[in-house]
Amino acid sequence: MLGDERAGVHARAPRPQPDDRKTARMSAARPLPPHRTAALSAEDLAGLIACPRCDAVYRAVQPGHGERAVCARCETVLIAPRRRAGQQLIAVALAVVVLVVAATMAPFLAIEAGGRAHASSVLDAALAFATAGPAAFLALAVAALIVFIPVLRALLVIYVLAPIVANRPPAPRAAAAFRLSEDLRPWSMAEIFAIGCAVALVKIADLAQVHFGPAFWMFAALVGLVVVQDGFMCRYSVWKSLER
Amino acid sequence: MEIAGALRTAREMGLVACTRCTRVWPGGTARCGRCGHRLHSREPKALQRVWAWWAVGLIAYLPANLWPMLETRTLVLSQESTIVGGAVDLARHGNWGIALVILVASVAIPVGKFLAIASLALGVRGGSALPRHRRQQLYEVVEYIGRWSMIDVFVVAILASLVQLGAVAQVSPGPASLFFALSVIFTMLSAQAFDSRLIWDEDPAPLAPPLPEGRPA
Ligand SMILES: [Zn+2]
Repeated sequence: MLGDERAGVHARAPRPQPDDRKTARMSAARPLPPHRTAALSAEDLAGLIACPRCDAVYRAVQPGHGERAVCARCETVLIAPRRRAGQQLIAVALAVVVLVVAATMAPFLAIEAGGRAHASSVLDAALAFATAGPAAFLALAVAALIVFIPVLRALLVIYVLAPIVANRPPAPRAAAAFRLSEDLRPWSMAEIFAIGCAVALVKIADLAQVHFGPAFWMFAALVGLVVVQDGFMCRYSVWKSLER
Repeated sequence: MEIAGALRTAREMGLVACTRCTRVWPGGTARCGRCGHRLHSREPKALQRVWAWWAVGLIAYLPANLWPMLETRTLVLSQESTIVGGAVDLARHGNWGIALVILVASVAIPVGKFLAIASLALGVRGGSALPRHRRQQLYEVVEYIGRWSMIDVFVVAILASLVQLGAVAQVSPGPASLFFALSVIFTMLSAQAFDSRLIWDEDPAPLAPPLPEGRPA
């Protein structure tokens, strides 16, 4: 297999070199030498990890807290455990639930023009489409993307992580719950809504006087929380602990 | 730490990997025993699904640009503005920054996404001038950035709910907002349907340097 030139021009393409910042990163693990892969027992398989992006197989080596195991071929982060990540993720998820629910009720922008004033909450924004007839589907979609899905995701994360953090056996159907939470990740758009508020404000600034309401600052805080949430979540570690 | 020796893929080893939880199973296993995800060595219809979502996304993107996104009525005027028209208006009023945000989020990103997904899908079949790790990065960017196109839909929702000042000023969503939202959703599904392992498949195993420590793994 070595020296195989099948791929022609691609064989000479520059290959990402695992970099030398050893403190921060390391390649995931040793690739298996060919003579060891002939007959793998179920136990052997449990110790392996496959890069979900490029299918490269490694023998999983748990990196230290704050270190990352990176696929040597495509540089996807495979394992990135953090100390007390579980507690922090639960705290962030609780904050997300509180913020989104509170922000749904409070106005995020208030407007004043020609002696008339109007303030708008997230529910109003979603319902703006409901009154528009054909776009009623959008009302549901907007409400789902900025309220229901972020809250549901946060609740699922709490449901999955709370027993793990408390060193108890996983909750019933925890795997399905975590799977759903991962499926929902790209569809949770509360932080994009926050940027939308700022754009809307500028767009009508010369039409009327506009002020940020309390809900705007809550959504702005959500932007930060979402970044923390994604940075602290080591999916491999969660799946590993659900396996027990 | 340990530099790659002979990297092997799960498929080359006769195994099947779970793309969700990274667990490895014997070839032919139907479902992941750890997370319940359906296992495929390679998604059998990945490219067809990518192209199907891509096409409906593109079809929805055309009315999204041609029809009005916003209908504004004030005491003095009543106007309907398209995505590009709205951005041009903003620029004319001196709001270059916001006009740029709208143009990037609603035009540059969607168009770039259509091109990027198409080139990734075509690259699987016919090879690509881009090296593999560049294509991998392109895929990650497309996956990450696609959802941000929703910003314009949210702006429409916000304006339509906020600017309800009776005769003074009134804003309502135009039909393009629905098609734009659908287009963003369809292209997100198209990107999700892509199996990035296909990018790496014809890659030969790297030439193995001798293992530094000289001990088997
Ligand atoms: Zn799995």
